[in-house]
Amino acid sequence: MNQEIALELKHISKYFGSVVANKDVSLTVRKGEILSLLGENGSGKTTLMNMISGIYFPDEGQIFVNGKEIVIRSPLDAFHYGIGMVHQHFKLVDVFTAAQNIVLGVKDKKRFNLKEVNERVMEISNRYGFHIDPKKKIYDMSVSEKQTVEIVKVLYRGADLLILDEPTAVLTPQETEKLFAVLRKMKEDGKAIIIITHKLHEVLSVSDRVAVLRKGEYIGSVVTAETNEAELTEMMVGKRIELNIDRPDPVDSRLKLNVEHLTCKNKEGVTTLDDVSFKAYSGEILGIAGISGAGQKELLEAIAGLEYAYPGSTVTYVTQEGEEEELIGLSPKEIRDMGVALSFVPEDRLGMGLVGSMDMADNMMLKSYTKGKTPFVERKDPTSLAVKIMNELEVVTPGIHTPVSRLSGGNVQKVLVGREIAASPQVLMVAYPVRGLDINSSYLIYSLLNEQKQKGVSVIFVGEDLDVLIALCDRIMVLASGKITGIVDGRTATKEGIGLLMTKNEAMRQEDKNES
Amino acid sequence: MDIFLAKAIEFGVIFLFGCIGETLTEKSGHLNLGIPGIMCAGAAGGCFGAGIYLTSVENPNGFVTVLLAILFACLFAGLLGGVYAFLTVSLRCNQNVTGLAITIFGVGFASFFINSVVLTLENASTLLSMAGINFFGAYLPIFDKMGVIGTIFFAHGPLAYLAIVIAILSALMLRKTRIGLNLRAVGESPATADAAGINVTLYKYVFILVGSAIAGLGGLCYVMEYMGGIVGSTVSSTIEGIGWLSIALVIFTLWKPDLAIVGSFLFGALYILSNYITGVTFVQTKLLNLVPYMVTVIVLIITSVRGKKENQPPASLGLSYFREER
Amino acid sequence: MKVEATEKIHEPLFHIAKRESVPLWQGIVVRAVAIVIGLVVCGIIVSASSSSGKNFFEVYASLFSGIFGSERRIWLALQDMALLLGVALALVVSFKMKFWNLGGNGQILMGCLACTTCMHYLGGKLPDAVVILLMIISSVLAGAIWAVIPALFKAFFKTNESLFTLMMNYIALHIVSATITAWFPKGTGAMAPIEYANLPVLGEGQMGKSLLPILVVVVLTGAMFAYLKFSKHGYELSVVGESENTARYVGINVKVVIIRTMILSGAICGIIGLLLSGAINHNVSSNMDGNMGFTGIMVAWLAKFNPVGMIFSAFFITFITRGMGQVCTDFGFTNDALSDIIIGIIYFLIIGCEFFISYKIRFNKKLLRKKES
Repeated sequence: MNQEIALELKHISKYFGSVVANKDVSLTVRKGEILSLLGENGSGKTTLMNMISGIYFPDEGQIFVNGKEIVIRSPLDAFHYGIGMVHQHFKLVDVFTAAQNIVLGVKDKKRFNLKEVNERVMEISNRYGFHIDPKKKIYDMSVSEKQTVEIVKVLYRGADLLILDEPTAVLTPQETEKLFAVLRKMKEDGKAIIIITHKLHEVLSVSDRVAVLRKGEYIGSVVTAETNEAELTEMMVGKRIELNIDRPDPVDSRLKLNVEHLTCKNKEGVTTLDDVSFKAYSGEILGIAGISGAGQKELLEAIAGLEYAYPGSTVTYVTQEGEEEELIGLSPKEIRDMGVALSFVPEDRLGMGLVGSMDMADNMMLKSYTKGKTPFVERKDPTSLAVKIMNELEVVTPGIHTPVSRLSGGNVQKVLVGREIAASPQVLMVAYPVRGLDINSSYLIYSLLNEQKQKGVSVIFVGEDLDVLIALCDRIMVLASGKITGIVDGRTATKEGIGLLMTKNEAMRQEDKNES
Repeated sequence: MDIFLAKAIEFGVIFLFGCIGETLTEKSGHLNLGIPGIMCAGAAGGCFGAGIYLTSVENPNGFVTVLLAILFACLFAGLLGGVYAFLTVSLRCNQNVTGLAITIFGVGFASFFINSVVLTLENASTLLSMAGINFFGAYLPIFDKMGVIGTIFFAHGPLAYLAIVIAILSALMLRKTRIGLNLRAVGESPATADAAGINVTLYKYVFILVGSAIAGLGGLCYVMEYMGGIVGSTVSSTIEGIGWLSIALVIFTLWKPDLAIVGSFLFGALYILSNYITGVTFVQTKLLNLVPYMVTVIVLIITSVRGKKENQPPASLGLSYFREER
Repeated sequence: MKVEATEKIHEPLFHIAKRESVPLWQGIVVRAVAIVIGLVVCGIIVSASSSSGKNFFEVYASLFSGIFGSERRIWLALQDMALLLGVALALVVSFKMKFWNLGGNGQILMGCLACTTCMHYLGGKLPDAVVILLMIISSVLAGAIWAVIPALFKAFFKTNESLFTLMMNYIALHIVSATITAWFPKGTGAMAPIEYANLPVLGEGQMGKSLLPILVVVVLTGAMFAYLKFSKHGYELSVVGESENTARYVGINVKVVIIRTMILSGAICGIIGLLLSGAINHNVSSNMDGNMGFTGIMVAWLAKFNPVGMIFSAFFITFITRGMGQVCTDFGFTNDALSDIIIGIIYFLIIGCEFFISYKIRFNKKLLRKKES
């Protein structure tokens, strides 16, 4: 291994108002090594890296590149010093082609010529084993294609230090392996790589060293070969904890929701859900897996009455008394008014589940404000519900009259899940409920879901972390391009098996193309 | 008919300036509702520049007069555009409200400035109308040899050709150059542009200023070329109406400067239609005045009903950008 | 690598950070400072550009006398303020819903036109009470229709409402001007006041004339405050304004809310039109809206869409407008466009000062210290 230091951070601090994002962080990266930056959500990993890539400016501390102190005021400065970052939320212009995105902002003396850009893009792709079509528009691309564009973009600028922020969150196990292979090739090429993650097994499989952050502070670095999951967890959380998710056996299993031939199309007329049929039972957690955009969002929204379902689709809800109610064609309010106890925690918490600028009390009455015969709203019950949720779920907030957008991600989620559970649902649908949450909040959510399951609720859980899905769910249904490619038993499923199902349709379509 | 078409083009040029100015501004992600006020400021500045020169020399040179008018129009419009840019880019104020304030200010400013400053210069109104006819209305010498085509296309003053050149250059810039690509990225997704190392603030400032200066020429064009230098009391309210239509024209022409050339001439024709239609009553003439606004409304509806991905406004239009937003 | 040895370290002198929240008094202080600066600038501009020989301080004397100078002026100012506040109340419901209704002018004008049409055709032929009833109904309807057209297209096709409503202003303006021409083909375009079916006068002098509009708006203000703050409709429209997706998720019919709210907004503009034509001017003209559709936006914005705060911002803007009118007379300006300039500058300052409420600038202390030494 090359021992030359590529980047060194000394005593870096960053504050957002009164919030400490990073405090006195010092770490080093060597050339030709892959460093994992490990930490819980909210531990300040992304903020730290954003300071190196010029998005934020540190309040205190020094940055050294190749032994010289430098100041990074903007992303341009970062490029100048050979630093490139692939952000978790891709920074791409949708209406541009891959090549236009890649060349964006590059300052060289050459005349502006997209043809040459295309050639160089192909050259870089071949070197590291990417597949990319420079002329394809971003809005036509899959998530993993977009990520490839981001990586090529950084390489095109001649970056020697690559930072990847949670690159595997949106990939299948197979795609993750491919990405890791590319990263290893780059490492052999002498590049320094920092990969931000909170998944332990990935840390162990790809990196040479691990640096751990906790609550914005630097805890320490260890050589990957000399550590194990338990030690890393302890560094990350600060105490020894068991990372096991409970899975009680299903109780009183009765049919709650029967979905048949559900078909949806988006505005452009592309099929997003294609003849989906499945059954959900009380007292079980049904997991839904798939690469992002495989139809998970549409499925939940169609059941909740938010998405138009094509004729022939049926969603039948079975009441406690065994009566059947058809939900297709009804609005969320009509579904509620019929007495169907269906709760839904959407993926976009502040953009759909809650109103960010309103306080907890006003958010509590989102679904109940129509109660009462007067034209005026009743704020007493929602306020006491807000107090109850704040106390029971330990929501950290200055008070129930603080706008919920000011709360941290975990607390926002507690407010939302709390409200949905308070409605005593029979069917509870949750989409990516632990995304962005720290470990404690995540485990709180898992135990809340298990609690509901044991009460006899039918829980439908859309997740992205396959380890969690396999540990928590009784059955896992896999969606690929809007179709069900398999329903597996959570107790016997493997990650690789689910990964293959996630890309099954994709692979079939590719074969079709090759044949014709 | 040929006179009507010629006048339609002449009037269309005013729209063209306004439309190109607003298009460039919108491409940087800023919806500038101050354009009507900025066009007024351009008119005031242009009259001032020309007026100062005309009243201070014996034998004014036509080229110098036009040049000075253009410079001052750009300067005044640019200054007001600068206020808008400072408020919306640096201070991140609401673009709609800021734009309206700019329009209120610009319309009042032009009215006050033209009456209380420009027209108090000695002989200003006579000299300005002289310059309007002789300098701004100067035709290309070839036009009379070409019959009808000459009357329609070549019987225009220098500003008309300047407008078309600016439109074509803007179209080329947006489509073919690195700057154009960067500008479009800034308007689509400033965070992306920023992460790619583009100076977002600089791009926004430059194109708001350039856009405002170009729009200001529209005001100048109305007063000095179309009105022939006759500065009346209704100048600023008329320009205000033209300004709003110019903003609407941006949607009509799908943010494409080359389409704007055609669109502007069409709007020019609609706007002056009532003056050239014969055999209608006075009331009908008055009603004809609302045709351009009706057409704009219909176009707005049609474009929104069709809603194609390529024909949408820049994705971050109207939103302030703050890098450290969490 | 591309690091040059001679390169100096340049740190930025300051950077901007977002504030989480500010105490109320701090917000008021920042805005007050902006207003004071605006008034000082106003004094300087007026005294410098006037040839009347009056000094800087006399500007403020004129400014105050414009609104408090006599009982008549006080009532006129209250009347203007009431009308402006009424328009702002109409607009605030649409803004809360993030519907950029820039069409207040047109909605008021259509209200004026509908009211005057009733007076023109029916005045003297039917009992006044009947005509007045018809005037009320038609004004409210006309304003509502003018607002609901863009709302329908916004609801169903997401048509850009700000430009649509702007165009509706001009369409209304030309309809009014054509109507006046049709009524008086040989006239100058101006219309004589109609004597029939005027709304009642509630007392002596200017007070009697102004009292009705003022009372109507007082009632409106209370009603709108309750509507926005306590009603289910008010709750729904703020959910729609904050996030359409949340509204859909809850089961609010977004289209219905947009249409319903805009009918309300337009109807209130129509009432203002009714007051303008029926109670104050007794005729219609194409500039009767007095640009209140735009000024009302400023009133609503300055008060952060709070109906109670809007009482203060409407007062302030009326104060400047009427005061500047007086200043122009006293300082010998023939053109009252000067007041637009001053008002524009004050707007810029108040809009700009929002920055210091939402953000703070942190200077690089290390660098400042270095500079000092």
